[in-house]
Amino acid sequence: MNDVTGHLIIIFGVLFAFMTIAGGLIWVERRLLAMWQDRYGPNRVGPFGLFQVIADMVKIFAKEDWIPPFADKPVFVLAPVIIVLSALMSFTVLPLAPGVGVVDLNIGLLFFLAMSSLGVYSITLAGWASGSKYSLLGGLRAAAQMLSYEVFMGLSLMGVVMMAGSFNLGDIVEAQKGMWFCIPQFLGLAVFIISGVAETHRLPFDLPEAESELVAGFHAEYSGIKFGMFFVGEYLGITLISALIATLFFGGWLGPVFPPIVWFFIKTAVFICGFILLRASLPRPRYDQLMALGWKVMLPLSLANLMVTAAVLLATGK
Amino acid sequence: MITVFYISAAVAVISTVMVITKLNAVHALLYLIVSLMSVAVIFFAFGAPFVAALELIIYAGAIMVLFVFVIMMLNMGARTVEEEKQLITPEIWLGPATLTLVLLAEFIYLLLDEEGKVSVINGIGPKEVGTSLLGKYLLGVELASMLLLAGLVGAYHLGRRSPQDREQGLAGRD
Repeated sequence: MNDVTGHLIIIFGVLFAFMTIAGGLIWVERRLLAMWQDRYGPNRVGPFGLFQVIADMVKIFAKEDWIPPFADKPVFVLAPVIIVLSALMSFTVLPLAPGVGVVDLNIGLLFFLAMSSLGVYSITLAGWASGSKYSLLGGLRAAAQMLSYEVFMGLSLMGVVMMAGSFNLGDIVEAQKGMWFCIPQFLGLAVFIISGVAETHRLPFDLPEAESELVAGFHAEYSGIKFGMFFVGEYLGITLISALIATLFFGGWLGPVFPPIVWFFIKTAVFICGFILLRASLPRPRYDQLMALGWKVMLPLSLANLMVTAAVLLATGK
Repeated sequence: MITVFYISAAVAVISTVMVITKLNAVHALLYLIVSLMSVAVIFFAFGAPFVAALELIIYAGAIMVLFVFVIMMLNMGARTVEEEKQLITPEIWLGPATLTLVLLAEFIYLLLDEEGKVSVINGIGPKEVGTSLLGKYLLGVELASMLLLAGLVGAYHLGRRSPQDREQGLAGRD
C-alpha cells in the first residue's frame, strides 16, 4: 500500500512539476526576451508580473473556441491533444534523482525517441485538418523538418548509449560519475541540441509557423484552449529537451552539496534559458537551408561521431 | 498480461478494419497508426520492449509520417471520398471477407486448442536482441543493409537533377 502511495505521489509530482514549469515558462520567456531587448516585459500583474500566466490562462479559457467550417473536425480536435500527450509521456522515463522517476524502463531512451516521433503527427495533422493553404504549407514543412531531424537526434544519442552500455536513463546518469558525457561526446551534444531545437520547432527553426510568410503556419486556424494546448506543448517540448540534455550529457542529478533533485532542476533551467537566448539572438534560415544543413552537415557529423566512439570503445576494450 | 493482450489485439483488429473501410485517406492512416501502436503494446506485454520501441519509431513514427506527408501533398478533397464510396461495393469486399473469416475460424480453433495457448515469454532486453542480431543473424542484417543501400541508390537516381535542369534557371540557387 505504501509503495503504491509513494508511486502515485511521484507520478503526480512529476506531472505537476513539469506542467508548472511549462506554464511558468511563458512568463520566463517573455521576461528574459524583454531583458535581452532592453525593455521590461510583463510587469503589471502581481509581483514582477508573475501572475501574467494566470491572466493569460483566464483569457485563453474565456476565448471563443472556434472550429472553421472547412476544417476536418475530428482530426482538428485530436491534433493539439497529441503534442501534449506525447511530451508528457516522454517525461515518464526521466529520472529526477536516484529512484525518483515514474517508470524505470530499460528502453527509456528509445521510448523518448518513439514519443517524439509520434509528436510529429500533431503538427502535421493540425496543418492538414485546418483546411487552409497556409496551415497545409506549415504542416508539410513540419513533417519534412521533424522527420529529418529525428534521424540525427537518434544517431547523436547512440554515442551516449554505447558509452553507458544501456538505454536506461538512470544507468546513463550513473555512468557519468567519472566524467560527464559532454566532454567525450561533444559532437553528439552539438547535434542533439540543434536537432532538439528543430524537433520542438522553436526559433531559429520555427519554419512550420514562420509568421512572416505563413501567418501562423500549422496553428493559423486554432484559437482558445486548442491554441493554448499547442503553446503549452511547445514549452513542454523545450523542458523535455533541456531535461534530456542535462540527463544525457551533463550528469543529470550528479553534483556536490545540493540534493540530487535540485541539481537536476538547476541544469534543466540553464538549458531552458539557452533555448530562449537562441530565440532572442538568431534569425530564421530559409527552408532549403534548414534541410541542407540537416542532411549535408548533421548526418555526416553524427555518423562520424558514432563510428569514432565505437572505434575508441573497441580499442580501449570496454 | 493475457487481458492486456486481448484488449490490444481487439484494438488492433478494430482499427485495421477501420483502415480498410474509412473513405477519407487521412482518417484511414490515423487508424493504421493506432493499429501499429496496439501491436507495439502486444510486443511490450510479451516481454519484447526493444521490438515494441522500434515498431513505434520506425513504423508509426517514420514510415507512416511519410504516408501522411504524401497524402497531404496530394491534398485530395471531398471528390475522392465520393470516388471511394463507389469503389467499395459488396461484390468487391465479399470475396476477401469470406476468405478472412475462414482464417479467423482457424485461428479461434487454434486458440481454443490447449497446446496453442498464448504464453508469456521472459522479457528480452535490447542487449540480447543486439547480440543475436550481430552474432547469429549477422548475415541477415548484412543482406538487409545491402537491400537498403540499393533502395537508397535508386532513390538518388530518380531524384537526381539532370544537367539540363541545372542550366535552366536552377543553377544559381545553391
